[in-house]
Amino acid sequence: MTVLVAAPGLRRPSRGVLVGAVLAAWLLLFVALRGQFTLSAGGPTVVPTWLQHLKDGADGQRNTSPLFLYGFNEIRVAIDPLFTNVQGFFLRLGWLGCTVLAAALGLVFAGWRMMLLALAGFLAFGVLGLFGESMDTLALTLTSVLIALVIGIPLGIVAGNSDRFQQVLTPVLDLMQILPTFAYLPLITLCFLIGPASAVIATVIYAAPPVIRLTSAGIRNVAPATTEASRSLGATRWQTVRHVQLPMAKRTIVLGINQTMMAALSMATITALIDAPGLGKTVLKALSREDVGAAFDAGLCIVILAVVLDRVTTAASQRAADIGRSGRATSVTARPAIALLALVAVVVAAQLPRLTARVSLLFPDGWVHPIRPAVNTASRWIELHLFSTTEAIKNGVTYRLINPLQTLLGDSPWWLLVLVVAALGYVLSGVRIALAAAGCLVGLPLLGLWPSGMITLASTLVGAVSAMVIGVVVGVWTGRNDLADRILRPFLDAGQTMPAFVYLIPGLALFGATRFTGIVAGVIYASPVVIKVVNEGIRDVSPSTIEAAVASGSTPWQVITKVQLPMARPHLLLAFNQGVIYVLAAVIVAGLVGGGGLGLDVINGFSQVSLAGTGLAAGIGIVLLGIMLDRITQGAGRRRAGSDVALGAH
Amino acid sequence: MTTVTAAATVVAGTATAEPVISVRDLWKIFGPGASRVVGSPDADLSRAELRRRTGCTAAVRRLSFDVARREVFVVMGLSGSGKSTLVRCLTRLVEPTAGQVLFEGEDVRGMDDRRLRELRRRKFAMVFQNFGLLPHRRVLDNVSYGLEIRGAGKPERYARAQEVIDLVGLQGYETAYPDQLSGGMQQRVGLARALAVDPDVLLFDEPFSALDPLIRRGMQDEVIRLHHEVGKTMLFITHDLSEALKLGDRILIMRDGELVQCGTPDQLVGAPADDYVRDFVRDVAKSHVLTLRWIVRRVTPQDALDGPELSPDVVIRDAVRQVIQAGRPVKVVENGALLGVVDSAGILGVIAAEPQGDPP
Repeated sequence: MTVLVAAPGLRRPSRGVLVGAVLAAWLLLFVALRGQFTLSAGGPTVVPTWLQHLKDGADGQRNTSPLFLYGFNEIRVAIDPLFTNVQGFFLRLGWLGCTVLAAALGLVFAGWRMMLLALAGFLAFGVLGLFGESMDTLALTLTSVLIALVIGIPLGIVAGNSDRFQQVLTPVLDLMQILPTFAYLPLITLCFLIGPASAVIATVIYAAPPVIRLTSAGIRNVAPATTEASRSLGATRWQTVRHVQLPMAKRTIVLGINQTMMAALSMATITALIDAPGLGKTVLKALSREDVGAAFDAGLCIVILAVVLDRVTTAASQRAADIGRSGRATSVTARPAIALLALVAVVVAAQLPRLTARVSLLFPDGWVHPIRPAVNTASRWIELHLFSTTEAIKNGVTYRLINPLQTLLGDSPWWLLVLVVAALGYVLSGVRIALAAAGCLVGLPLLGLWPSGMITLASTLVGAVSAMVIGVVVGVWTGRNDLADRILRPFLDAGQTMPAFVYLIPGLALFGATRFTGIVAGVIYASPVVIKVVNEGIRDVSPSTIEAAVASGSTPWQVITKVQLPMARPHLLLAFNQGVIYVLAAVIVAGLVGGGGLGLDVINGFSQVSLAGTGLAAGIGIVLLGIMLDRITQGAGRRRAGSDVALGAH
Repeated sequence: MTTVTAAATVVAGTATAEPVISVRDLWKIFGPGASRVVGSPDADLSRAELRRRTGCTAAVRRLSFDVARREVFVVMGLSGSGKSTLVRCLTRLVEPTAGQVLFEGEDVRGMDDRRLRELRRRKFAMVFQNFGLLPHRRVLDNVSYGLEIRGAGKPERYARAQEVIDLVGLQGYETAYPDQLSGGMQQRVGLARALAVDPDVLLFDEPFSALDPLIRRGMQDEVIRLHHEVGKTMLFITHDLSEALKLGDRILIMRDGELVQCGTPDQLVGAPADDYVRDFVRDVAKSHVLTLRWIVRRVTPQDALDGPELSPDVVIRDAVRQVIQAGRPVKVVENGALLGVVDSAGILGVIAAEPQGDPP
């Protein structure tokens, strides 16, 4: 640990050298101490046992303790009917009513193109044989979004107007967003049992931050001159909010609503784990039976739902902004007519099943053509003909990369690992981050989760580095090539809105149920974000700098390595940070398909009563791991920015 | 009012009638522990020194002045001199640290939120440098905003808004959105919004700084015209000396938050208080600003006193032709009393000393 006490007065070596030194010291000590103090049995089980008691105790008191009677149970009883009503509404509308309603909303708020998209999307649900499941997922998503908005927009307004509140809120929102979706499911079921209410609450927690953040940001972006003008005319606080801030922040807030909706959809599918109805459950069942085809159908429905929701809300916000600007008379007079027509169509479509027996509430069986058989055939073909290739890739990465890394992590003395994390944290980000990160890691043995934690950590690191390699290559390419950027961007945008769940399916088809599948899913899940951030960093480099480099005779390769990448460094660090968080989330979900690690512990906690304590502990363990990885990688970026400022001042 | 004037230590300039706004010993200090600075020895430190010692910035220091009814009072200073903060202190858009602001004798700092809002809604209106228009509202709705928030009904506020839109020459643009208008037109909307609430006092915070010079001159003429037509009290912030001289009945020059000089345009040009002001007014064509009062000389026995008479308040430039054509000393008479005479030598002396170049 000599690096920690670098001699004062001497010039501090570069951070790259220091990181290398830490890693070298680790390897040396690993060789010397291998297999000692390893906690391979999991360490003390005090905490999981205590959590198990807590869970049992909670189950015992659910109908006696005032905390449950007047607290959690009340909330559950309030939320359940909310969801059931939305779900029931869709049921009563029937498949035709729902489809026409979606098309009508698309037409009125977003134009005829979006009407066609919504129409095609909803028909696809029926054709794939999952109309009811899709509506359940939609109901869950919409209920959660509704609650998230009712809570989130007022919070955002307050945060936009109060610096103090913003300061308190920001770390909470940070935490809510970096937590992998799995982490708080056990805790929520402890309070609210499994079922739709818990699913809605978990979804709200995950989905509310974007709308809170963007409402606040939108309000903060309103020109101070405008709010001041309003104040100078004697407007009350509320008048300023209503007439000035909200209208001017509208576009940003709508963007927030869009992001909240996509996050909600992503979480709503995952809540299948706690017995929420919908597409997630179909995927889950299919995954557990390794029925790739069935998973593919449901996954496709999730993708379609995501695309429809995203495109329609984006188009609606765009259109609202356009109409607000132009103030054209035609759009004002023509819209009520269209809206009325659309309403009539919905009512007719909803009443048809009651008027004629030829139209049913359920999607006609004859029209159902799932692609499951075709996918399963293809999957079997892949298994037969590509087995050697996929197996070679899988084994190559597993034996060369994952296993050695896991051995290094798992067979090191646990305290050595804590010291390494502390040293890295110190070198990259300073004392406070070092202590925080090491503290998080010490939590794992206390929770009795050391081996699972190391499995998850190894998979996450391998995945994050892979995603980073892909991200830098593609990001630099699209950053320098406008055409590539234009072509790829829609795919990246769409890829970003998909739930991590969906990516397990192709992984499963290619590589079967292993750790490697989880890593592949994580890489696919994280790549769009990483690519986008790198791309942005490359594009941020000022054209005159590039021009100067080219004018002095640099080759393109030199421009990339000596100008663009170094100048994009803050973005690269941010990209890695995001990559780590995304891969972690996906790796946890991959516990479903043989990924093992903390994700599996959480899932086992749901399925087996005797393991509930371990499940709760694993949830906490995921939180600790997530915070540790986030702090170290994020701190690196922040420290860098800080030192640049300091240098500039000299 | 008498007690206030008696208590005031420094009252810059003299207001003729009862003042509409009276500012006494006003301080605004930004930073931690700002309220402790006033009254302590730190208050006498220079701005830079204060910042170094306490981390506080004194934006307005020990400022006192009066604004008379129907007067156009200009506050002038370079950027960072505290003039924008000063104008915001008047209606407490920025909360003053110490001192007194009186509006028609009522203490503005003592008002509760409700009373303050009433003051902002009915007595003051402000025009901003960056316009501060609402981009999502049409011109008509922007102009009527002040009426809307104080609860006026739609027909009433639209009628009033239409009146002021006509007054500032925006007819035909009622349904346009702000970003469809040029900068000058946008500021007309800002002006109309301020006029719509029929305030007693109009506050202008560098309203024309963001405009092109030609448009700026047009807007200045517009303000002069409006002042003639509606006769409001105006407090005008600017960093442009020619603008200050053109519009101001009286001008207050600020530096580093402090008052340097306060007086009529010819007082500033004719008798600068210090080098700072002298430097400022160096390029001003004196004959355009100074009156005959500044060059009148005592009557000597040689002077023939059969020439024409002029008032001492005539600007020199306007008297040039008459004095030179007369070919003899011109008598300067105020209220029947002979103050002295002016001759061509005196007038040419002023003009010859002027900087060469185009007049302001």
